[in-house]
Amino acid sequence: MSAAAVAGELLASLGGFGGHISDDDVAHLEVHGNEVVGSHLVPGLEVEVDSLADGISAHIRLARGARIAKPVHLCFGLLPETGRQRIVMDVEVEEDAAASVIAHCTFPNAIDVTHEMDAVVRIAAGATYEYFERHLHGREGGVVVVPRTRVQLGEGARFKTEFELVKGRAGVIDFDYEVECAAESLLDMIARIWGRGSDKITICETGRLNGADARAVLQTHIAVQDEALAEVYNTLTASAAGARGHVDCKEIVQGGAVARAVPVVEVDHPRAHITHEAAIGSVDSKQLQTLMARGLDEERATDLIIEGLLS
Amino acid sequence: MGILELQNVSLSLGGRPILNDLSVDFWEGHVHALIGPNGAGKSTLANTIMGLPGYRHIEGDIRLDGESIRDLPVDERARRGITLAWQEPARFEGLKVDRFIAAGAKDKGAACVREVLERVGLDPAKYAKRAVDRTLSGGERKRIELASILAMEPRIVLMDEPDSGIDVEALNRIFDALSDFKERGATVIMITHSQEVLRHAEHAFLMCNGHVLDKGSVEKIDGYFADRCILCDHENLPGADEEAGVVA
Repeated sequence: MSAAAVAGELLASLGGFGGHISDDDVAHLEVHGNEVVGSHLVPGLEVEVDSLADGISAHIRLARGARIAKPVHLCFGLLPETGRQRIVMDVEVEEDAAASVIAHCTFPNAIDVTHEMDAVVRIAAGATYEYFERHLHGREGGVVVVPRTRVQLGEGARFKTEFELVKGRAGVIDFDYEVECAAESLLDMIARIWGRGSDKITICETGRLNGADARAVLQTHIAVQDEALAEVYNTLTASAAGARGHVDCKEIVQGGAVARAVPVVEVDHPRAHITHEAAIGSVDSKQLQTLMARGLDEERATDLIIEGLLS
Repeated sequence: MGILELQNVSLSLGGRPILNDLSVDFWEGHVHALIGPNGAGKSTLANTIMGLPGYRHIEGDIRLDGESIRDLPVDERARRGITLAWQEPARFEGLKVDRFIAAGAKDKGAACVREVLERVGLDPAKYAKRAVDRTLSGGERKRIELASILAMEPRIVLMDEPDSGIDVEALNRIFDALSDFKERGATVIMITHSQEVLRHAEHAFLMCNGHVLDKGSVEKIDGYFADRCILCDHENLPGADEEAGVVA
């Protein structure tokens, strides 16, 4: 199959998520296994890719002051039922640059697939980098997803990231993000995951507010059903004047599923402040009754409530 | 004619009788008001008609169009045309207003969502994509709940204190909705302590200690309630539902 055909099939598997790359001013990169099957760059964005035995190594650079108007689209995936894909990513966002990246990870036929991401992201002073990662898995749940990312935020830099896996079976997710925040920087980290069957989800999010007036929000919204297991470890520390943060963990548990939340908040400066809230439990009975009083059966009402939480 | 009949309905919560051998008929296409002191059983009666969990194990019978619905769950009662507007509407984190309204609107589509939002005085462009969560005021959530009920086109609307916690503009929209329900032939049963709301009813029922003490014109029942009931030494226990551990 030609590279273009593979790229087409990858994008087709995204269904409603795809169809994003036809315009000249939209940068994109498609990677199947260890092969780049499509790409297009725009001014201010540099991408160098090396092929590895089981994936790729990519160096992405946003030049100083570059403002990429439209989101950059990345698509990583494997079409076969089995295999491994490792993405090593080094991202450098130079001073005052700004870009938004939408990464789709698709494993539509997975029975035994491992997807690893090892990323280092450096966001220089005054720069903005947004990274939205959406996963589309098949119904079998045979995917192991291991994203590990280390982020350095410079003074006044902004980093927003969303990880979403609500279509198909989650499989095994071992998510690990650590972010160091300099003065006046802003961190906004959201994970939304729906686990079913025997899915196993582990989320480790760590934010360190090291600089004065740095701010962070860590949000994790998870729904687990059947025999799925979710463990969430949120850590937020503040060690400078004016540093502020909030940790929010909400988990809906149904059937024989188990959810665990282990929040750690640590403040070692008298003018820093961190708040925390966590709620784990079944679907709220009043929400359920309200929707059932409009004629939805319990299953449809529950699904709608979960879709809302994960939206 | 009577569309909904309660026949000798009794219900105990936490071992305490809340509804006591209560019998009452509600008339098709009419607006009924339930009045009475706190703890009289008004909200319990609404929850029992809706069939909410915790309010299903009754003695007696509830009949819709002459057919018993006492063993039907909430959703089935709703599909037969009964619905409830809560005193304090639920919040739904992340669930968008348009999805919430469409949930009960069957297959009426986006045009219906826009129409009902406009009918409750909310601009669809501003509200359709907002979440039904704590970013909305209590009055906005009341109006959105009302919009969802308008979209559902129910036959019987139970309204628990429709004026609670809202401003004048929202109250006027609720009155508009009451007129709307009536024009469409729906039956409304509302619980209220408000004279202003009471004026929109056609019939009133006075409840005390889980009984219907009297029924008749709004003037007659409200006059009785104001002149005699409040001063009587009834044995109602405010908050009895909560003490019994039932989530209303």
